[in-house]
Amino acid sequence: MSMAPNQGTHDDHDDGHAHDHAGVVDDVMPGYFEIMETAVRELLVEKQLIGAGEIRRQIEVLDSRTPALGAKVVARAWVDPGFRARLLANGRAACEELGISFYDDTGLIVLENTDKVHNLIVCTLCSCYPRPVLGLPPDWYKLKPYRARAVVQPRAVLAEFGTIIPDDVEIRVSDSTAQVRYLVLPRRPAGTESFDEDELAALVTRDAMIGVVPVSVPGSAP
Amino acid sequence: MSKGSPAQTPFAPIVEAEGEAPAFAVGERVRISVRFPVGHYRVPHYVRGKQAVIEKVIEPPAVNNEEEGFGRNAGSKRHYYRVAIPLGELWAGYAGSPKDGLRIEVFEAWLERI
Repeated sequence: MSMAPNQGTHDDHDDGHAHDHAGVVDDVMPGYFEIMETAVRELLVEKQLIGAGEIRRQIEVLDSRTPALGAKVVARAWVDPGFRARLLANGRAACEELGISFYDDTGLIVLENTDKVHNLIVCTLCSCYPRPVLGLPPDWYKLKPYRARAVVQPRAVLAEFGTIIPDDVEIRVSDSTAQVRYLVLPRRPAGTESFDEDELAALVTRDAMIGVVPVSVPGSAP
Repeated sequence: MSKGSPAQTPFAPIVEAEGEAPAFAVGERVRISVRFPVGHYRVPHYVRGKQAVIEKVIEPPAVNNEEEGFGRNAGSKRHYYRVAIPLGELWAGYAGSPKDGLRIEVFEAWLERI
């Protein structure tokens, strides 16, 4: 590893390990939005509108949400027709049934993919995403190329994810703009008739619940 | 459900508050308003002025997020509607299937009857 001369390698003193690496120095200067976030956060705490502990707690809440929760929801819908019907009727209530709480005021509409309809979700305005059931969105979901193109040329965007949707299948792009979030209920792949609920959940990926790829079984053609 | 009609309950006639019942019904054709108020609004520019069909009335009614977002009294609740717009109507020369469409939720105050 090459070093800039002014960073030092600190391998000239005894710190208990032998490899060289850059000394611990200040990171680059924070950017405009990082400074704005810090300023707003400190003001809110200073004015006692929120406590520093509440922010930490909310980060814990967000960290506890991952695509594994959504995958459990999907697998349950695949094996339990009654749950599937409740999920499609009221996504939020059905998730709450499984113990997945909604810590905000968002609703959830679950969009079922079929052999005639393929659903795709996007937030053209920002990064609205079903965080209570999927956690934080991937970076590409928040970036302008996906946000702009998903509503203009969804078939081309899907093809870039390797997903070719036949012309006779209708594409529905749901743009999340206000209080409702969306979760795609992918099609259960063929050849999984003998799978139990946990095995099914293990197949369901984040991207499949956004609608950019189908669920596939490893080792078989998608 | 027609606007202002008495609710079908054993206790009818119940008079609903103004704005309590959805102004638009599933299947109704609407136009999304063309307005350009200053600020960040939850109606993307690309759908303003477009015709849409009401696909679902979103319950429960909610406060007007624009008023709320700007710190004004947002006490009046109205419905959001999930509306459908064909991609071919949004984008001239759309290359995909004519069945392809957008779904988006729009607050009642942004919808016009046509």
